[in-house]
Amino acid sequence: MIQLDRLHKSFGSNKVLQGVSLKIAKGSSLVVIGGSGTGKSVILKCILGLMRVDQGQVFLEGKDMQTLDRDHFLSRFGMLFQGAALFDSLPVWQNIAFRLTQGALKKSKSDAREIAIEKLRRVGLQPDVADKYPSELSGGMQKRVGLARAIAADPEIIFFDEPTTGLDPIMAGVINDLIREIVTEMGVTAMTITHDMSSVRAIADQVAMLHLGKIQWTGPVKNLTESNDPFVDQFIHGRATGPIEAVR
Amino acid sequence: MKSLTTFLQAIGSATLNMLAATGRVTLFILDTLRQAFSGPFYLREFGNALMQIGWLSLPVVGLTAFFTGGALALQIYAGGARFSAEAVVPSIVAIGMARELGPVLGGLMVAARVASSIAAELGTMKVTEQIDALVTLSTDPMKYLTLPRVLAATLAVPLLVGVGDAIGIMGGYVVGVTRLDFNPAAYIKNTVDFLQLWDILSGMVKGAVFGFIVAIMGCYFGMNSGRGAQGVGRATKYAVVSASVLILAANYILTELFFSA
Repeated sequence: MIQLDRLHKSFGSNKVLQGVSLKIAKGSSLVVIGGSGTGKSVILKCILGLMRVDQGQVFLEGKDMQTLDRDHFLSRFGMLFQGAALFDSLPVWQNIAFRLTQGALKKSKSDAREIAIEKLRRVGLQPDVADKYPSELSGGMQKRVGLARAIAADPEIIFFDEPTTGLDPIMAGVINDLIREIVTEMGVTAMTITHDMSSVRAIADQVAMLHLGKIQWTGPVKNLTESNDPFVDQFIHGRATGPIEAVR
Repeated sequence: MKSLTTFLQAIGSATLNMLAATGRVTLFILDTLRQAFSGPFYLREFGNALMQIGWLSLPVVGLTAFFTGGALALQIYAGGARFSAEAVVPSIVAIGMARELGPVLGGLMVAARVASSIAAELGTMKVTEQIDALVTLSTDPMKYLTLPRVLAATLAVPLLVGVGDAIGIMGGYVVGVTRLDFNPAAYIKNTVDFLQLWDILSGMVKGAVFGFIVAIMGCYFGMNSGRGAQGVGRATKYAVVSASVLILAANYILTELFFSA
């Protein structure tokens, strides 16, 4: 289980997180929604230690993240970045097998390539994509490769940062279905950041809404439409008027 | 009175900013050096960097050296003619190239070519979250990206300087023989007789320092690039400008150390 305890993070005078507390049960899929620029991605980066929190703690199975061995801690995570963040200088298979070519999980080159091709198949791509470079792929294919990289080392926890941003609705649907299938099939704990409501409905077990640096509402996805929270209602229906200011 | 205060404030603020930047670069250098004493070492990244920084810079360094050697021969001949000292052309071209022009111009050309490309590459990696992705894949970006580039530049630039020296001297020889009517054998003899091993080695030591500066500046500004195209553009500009200025400053300090009376 992952627990966030009163996380605070500011950039200059901009207080992005103002006491975010969340619990993600083992094996469940939590989706964090909220407007653009509300600090959703910052939460993921704080958990992974890519950004230092100003205040607050992150616990993984009851242990403070700061006290855990960093390499071991990170080896339990997989992450799909917003723009896929594939390494331009490496072919697709080496991107996917990156973690498997070094460190504690190091495998032989042929084994790593075999696993990369198997993961490519898992995300619906042909093996001939393995030797291409990221720049030769479409946005949707890059996302799939990013997904393959996130699951390559069979992590226990996967983070998805805006998995459908920049994709057409059909490709977004394909990626959402893939994420749902993979999360269920691997039994992983998942945390997804999105403002795409189709992703929320496809991926989430639980939903949390971030507003003004705090968790405004949290609950099961089935309760989302009957949340009786004016902020959640405005957001999920995409209304320009309501308690959330349209111009931020 | 108020304008004086504003003026002093501006000076104070600029000084503090400069000291802070110096501190950040120093910490970055120490962090890079620290990486050299623990594994893993990314040999493939090092090999790629060696190819990019060393081998692929050879044409630009070689051409710069060739034309500089030729121009130097013409200048020394014209200047020497005032004192009936035209015969010093081969030795001065050789010493000038090996001690000063080879390393400095080679270093500046590498700064233009390599510091910009490193800063742009790492800056783009930063803004597209590739550096964050490295961290999530349990890979230290300083070890994977910075150390191989800094090591490769520190090793490759002295070799480039050595080759550049030879090409520059060759440029002087071509001009001396074809334009200034020097005897080919006498030109070579004059060059060899007056050029000392320390002339060449001092230039190569300068090259190593310049290579280190180039890669550190490229990596520092790339890794600390701002957001978007403008951020990457600014990082690239600062990398080239700071590397060039530091090369010229380091050249003066090293020349004082090596050759002051």
